[in-house]
Amino acid sequence: MNKKKVYPIYFVFGALIIYIVLFVIPSLIGIGYSFTDWSAYSDKLKFVGLDNFKTVFSSDEDYMAIIINTLEFTFITTILKNVLGLVLALLLTKSIKFLNFHRGIMFMPSVLSTLIIGMIFQSILNPATGLLNTFLRSVGLGVFAGKWLVTSELAFGSVMAVDIWRGTGYIMTILIAGILSISTTYYEAASIDGANGIQKFRFITFPLLLPTLATTTVLNIIYGLKVFDMIYALTNGGPGKTTTEVLYTAVFKKFGTGQYAVGTALSSVMFLFMVVIGVFMIKIMTKDEVVE
Amino acid sequence: MAQKIIKALLRNLFAWIISIIALVPLLLILFNSLKTSLKASDMNLSLPDFPLQLSNYTVVIEQGKLLQSFINSSIYTVGSVFLCCIFSSLAAYVLSRNRTRLTKLIYLFIVLGITMPVNYVALVKVMIFLNLNDTRLGIILLYAAMQIPFSVFLIYGFIAKIPVELDEAGIIDGCSPIRLFITIVFPLLKPAVATVVVLTFLNNWNEFISPLYFLSSSTKWPMTLSVYNFFGMYYRDWNMVCADIVMTSIPVILIYLLGQKYIVSGMTAGAVKG
Repeated sequence: MNKKKVYPIYFVFGALIIYIVLFVIPSLIGIGYSFTDWSAYSDKLKFVGLDNFKTVFSSDEDYMAIIINTLEFTFITTILKNVLGLVLALLLTKSIKFLNFHRGIMFMPSVLSTLIIGMIFQSILNPATGLLNTFLRSVGLGVFAGKWLVTSELAFGSVMAVDIWRGTGYIMTILIAGILSISTTYYEAASIDGANGIQKFRFITFPLLLPTLATTTVLNIIYGLKVFDMIYALTNGGPGKTTTEVLYTAVFKKFGTGQYAVGTALSSVMFLFMVVIGVFMIKIMTKDEVVE
Repeated sequence: MAQKIIKALLRNLFAWIISIIALVPLLLILFNSLKTSLKASDMNLSLPDFPLQLSNYTVVIEQGKLLQSFINSSIYTVGSVFLCCIFSSLAAYVLSRNRTRLTKLIYLFIVLGITMPVNYVALVKVMIFLNLNDTRLGIILLYAAMQIPFSVFLIYGFIAKIPVELDEAGIIDGCSPIRLFITIVFPLLKPAVATVVVLTFLNNWNEFISPLYFLSSSTKWPMTLSVYNFFGMYYRDWNMVCADIVMTSIPVILIYLLGQKYIVSGMTAGAVKG
């Protein structure tokens, strides 16, 4: 059988062309543009070398704070979503009544639009009338009622908490599948040897779940670095100048004010960063398929 | 024995608490979408009074131009899901069946797109150059482009499980490559394609950034953009905002309930090695 004839390469073209034109080329010319003074105010492009990157990494500007915010958001939400997701996955693989109901409900926040979740929580976290503070006051915990999204001390934490509320069910679902794929014979053997629950987790579940945890971690990192909708709807970078500003919201603001060159330089920094993560992730995801 | 029962009770209790935490914000929206503007201004969890304010929904459909944005969202989602499924399965099929150094490289190159961020600022330039800026076709192609990497990854893994002998039998019977794909291979891909349909539907229905950058005319806005815009104008009338949110979310919740098993299998592909 002539493979070239039976599986013609032009079958690949449709996907490849759309992907290259609308995905790869913008990233590459974006890197090119970040060495120019491209903006909405002049038609002529001038080569400015590394100026935009100097701006991005200079201490006089806010960009470093924005990059640090993005990394902090990614780091904290990734860890907490993984830990909470693991706890819930362990819980929901035990014998519990209405198991599928609980699994289904906990996953539900992940299918809704993150933008809409941002809007819902703008109401819930409203300091005066929001559901959270009303609830805290009604059970006598009024001292904990905070000005969630409007003070610089609490805003970033609140945004991250909402994101954890949204994303934990997703991680839990993946981890449940991971736990269920572990052969029960290990647990039976461990029981015969007299292992208790904690020992079974420590020596069977956790080590065998590590590859799955690696994937959920990478998925969370990708999501965290690209986060936009949620923050746009909750605080749009405020209160103040950079309290909750992240890369994608900053790029959108630069786009809005016509400072395209800085916007694309920020995107390019992110691009290079993500290529490294991407290569690492593909190694995890394709390790069974590509290596033959 | 008593200890065991207490443990089981605590486990169930804990599960209920978490489920309630997940559910309360959603119920909050549903309840308040059925209240009067005055009652909804507190945004509390009390049940709506009778008669239910179903008129909120009709008002939102008119004021928020929801019908138009619903049609827009449907066009973008259906169009891009269709393109994405066709192109991804064609590509994954050939890349998986004919493994040479080149096709493996192409596969990795496409799959790398799963992690890539989109450079929206530079993309505007490309869209304008292709006359796709502020057009429906542009959004459809863009949505398809963003979903192709993961879809190819998913279908590629699935095709490896379909025996090559079927292809050989088809070839012996005189199938052309296209006919072989359409009549023999594609029907067998149904589970993987169903997963791609469900996941790309959810992602594209919820997509917000691309329309924000590339659609300036409000008549082309999808539901996410118009619900956000509506929120900006009617932020005092939470009952209306809630009704708008409910209607924007109904399609994804329906798809979720109908396609739950496909979502889980798609999400866990690659994450869990059995």
